Amino acid sequence: MEANEQLTSAKQLLDPHLQKKIRIKTLTKSSVVIRSTLIILALLTVYAFFSFDYKQLDVGEAALSTFANLKAMFLEPHLEHFTFTHALYQVFVTLGLAFLTTLFGAIIAVFLGLLAAENLTNKRVSTVIKGFVAFIRAVPTVLWVLIFAVAAGLGSVAAVIGMTFHSVSYLVKAYSESFEELDKGVIEALQASGANWWQIIFHAVIPSSLTYLISWTFLRFEINFAVAIAMGAAAGAGGIGFDMFMASSFYLDIREIGAITYFVLAIAILLEMAAIRFKKKLKVNGQ
Amino acid sequence: MTVLLEVNHVSKQFGSDTKALSDVNFSVSEGEFVSIIGPSGAGKSTLLRCINRMIDATSGEITFDNMNVMNLKKKDLKKIRTKIGMIFQHYNLVNRLSVIENTLHGNLGKKSTLAGVLGLYSQEEKEQAVKILHVLGLDEHIYKRADQLSGGQKQRVGIARALIQNPRMLLCDEPIASLDPNSAKIIMDHLRNISRTMGITVLVNLHQVDVALKYSDKIIGVNHGQVVYNGSPKNITKEDIQRIYGSEAEDLIFDVGGIHAS
Amino acid sequence: MQADYFFKKKRNTLSFLSILGAVTILAIIITEYNVIKGFSSLPKAVEWGLMNFYPTQESLTKLPAILDKLIETLLVSIAATTTGAVVALLFAILGSNTTRVNAFFGSISRGIATIFRNIDVAAWAMILLFSFGQSSLTGYFALFFGSFGFLTRAFVETIDEVSGGSVEALQATGAGYFSIIFQSVIPSSLPQMISWILFMIETNIRSATLIGLLTGSGIGFTFNLYYKSLNYDVASLVVVVIIAAILFIESVSNYVRRAVL
Repeated sequence: MEANEQLTSAKQLLDPHLQKKIRIKTLTKSSVVIRSTLIILALLTVYAFFSFDYKQLDVGEAALSTFANLKAMFLEPHLEHFTFTHALYQVFVTLGLAFLTTLFGAIIAVFLGLLAAENLTNKRVSTVIKGFVAFIRAVPTVLWVLIFAVAAGLGSVAAVIGMTFHSVSYLVKAYSESFEELDKGVIEALQASGANWWQIIFHAVIPSSLTYLISWTFLRFEINFAVAIAMGAAAGAGGIGFDMFMASSFYLDIREIGAITYFVLAIAILLEMAAIRFKKKLKVNGQ
Repeated sequence: MTVLLEVNHVSKQFGSDTKALSDVNFSVSEGEFVSIIGPSGAGKSTLLRCINRMIDATSGEITFDNMNVMNLKKKDLKKIRTKIGMIFQHYNLVNRLSVIENTLHGNLGKKSTLAGVLGLYSQEEKEQAVKILHVLGLDEHIYKRADQLSGGQKQRVGIARALIQNPRMLLCDEPIASLDPNSAKIIMDHLRNISRTMGITVLVNLHQVDVALKYSDKIIGVNHGQVVYNGSPKNITKEDIQRIYGSEAEDLIFDVGGIHAS
Repeated sequence: MQADYFFKKKRNTLSFLSILGAVTILAIIITEYNVIKGFSSLPKAVEWGLMNFYPTQESLTKLPAILDKLIETLLVSIAATTTGAVVALLFAILGSNTTRVNAFFGSISRGIATIFRNIDVAAWAMILLFSFGQSSLTGYFALFFGSFGFLTRAFVETIDEVSGGSVEALQATGAGYFSIIFQSVIPSSLPQMISWILFMIETNIRSATLIGLLTGSGIGFTFNLYYKSLNYDVASLVVVVIIAAILFIESVSNYVRRAVL
């Protein structure tokens, strides 16, 4: 589109008889940034494919064998090294890890979120907390878990604490943004009536943003379920993720991975459906 | 006057028990300004959308320009839609594009897929767009993004997009329902102008009786999916308004008297 | 009446809290979480971190090698996100209620995306490891599948949110399907989509570290190597480098978001 425009405008320079041409695209900052972002990403992607470490891999063959694996996984799943009840129990262990992490994270995040909301404290406190939280978020969860594992040993304690770190940072961002969206008038009205900070928080701020807080927290629970599986696999946190890791790395049993994947998928899709339903209900109630 | 649009025995059923339109009949002549009035939920919007088949009617016959709209194939349907401009209550512009780009969108129906995808417009098309925008008083806003305009200006862009199609007829779905009285008047004046000077037939859904009476050559009153009035605005009576609006009519009747008096 | 209202409210809160308490206790038992150890290990971890977990002068000699791995990880994340986004755009257009071709293809494409989204990247990594081994492609495809699933859902929501009205308007002018997609749907949803893509790149860099740990590639593997051999000074340098990279990308994408939206 652009090239064509330029072509016609070049033609006009050569031919003075042509009438002034009407351009239709306008170059705004937004369109320039959009275009350059897309171009840079495309170039980096192309470069990435050239720089990949392929390790003499036959890509076609590997893709075919992956298809065969996926077929075996999903069409012929079985449990061999674990029983059905064991797998089910482990799913609940993973859910338990996700729950504890979300709960601890939410409690801490509400307090930090209040302090991080610019309209409830001041700009300096807010910036400090937001910066601190951004720093925590920048470290991948698995690294937090492994770092804590040095002090607490591998297991549920290190996993929950490490994962809580990340939940806190995620929820503080989400909560403080919800608080900041709060109508200024509500706080003003209570201030005018002589209420103190805590009274304003408990009688105005939290009740009016409760629906947002709940839906963000539930979303984080969904994420934490996935994270807990990954931590089971990568950081020995137990649960269904660890079983998956064993099936993959020790028993090399693709069909068992398939069975476990079905367990995980079932729970994850149930959680997603619950979240969607939950959101709809909150929306209706909110109106 | 030749008849441009004919609607015969048209019904529309949503699901199994909600009847939006039942046995609707009317005709519109070339160049006429026709208002469809009625309470909200009466089926005005559905009726309008059945004409250009944005919604498929369940039964009946719609003839536009001597062509039966109801059994057109996809390709012919697109062709006939290029001859019918449509204007919406919420303007339905692409907010992030400029006014002129939105206007030129009216030409997409006549373009090949490739030209449409790439957005290639000829010099004449662009000149015509500028001309139309000038007529509608939007000269200063040609390169503004649509979301920077006021409601009335957005609706004028909507009209420009319809006009560039060179339509035989305009379908206007509640064009002034989201506008302040001043902008509403500007829009209605433009529509009347278009009908008078360009000879384009205008079919407009309104819920304001006074506006309809003031601007139209003909009024079609719809209630519960049925046509309950079809005739000139001059002959409309209190009883007619009562039939169109049912129990909501009480506060409207007063207006009718006022309009007739002036 | 009024007393009743407050009583009811109190009772609801109370029952909610007791259910929460019961589930918490159940979760603590089932995960064998040691509460006392949990609290006591936090100061211990901080103390240990301050004593051991910081880069030293000599660990800096490893910096070029670490940066090399970091760039590899960044490129894998970006490539997986962009290619995932292209496929996601296709599925989102087919899956969105505004732009779908018909209801059947709509549900199929959304169903496929749901499955891909709900299998975690860690699981994908373990599955792909069988065929792709320790090459970059294991990580690439794991992130690609995850990004595809997530972005499809995000893009469907974006399309439904921003382009309903203008799609109807262009249909009414008689415009063809592809003209409508390219002239209305894409221009109106592109900025929002770019914002999602940038978010996905940030997420993928963190996930790439995890995948690296599991599959033995990229920056995650580098961390694991020094961590397992108790070389905490180099391991901490890896963490510092990751933090710097993620904060850098976050600030770039914040800039783009502000300019674009």
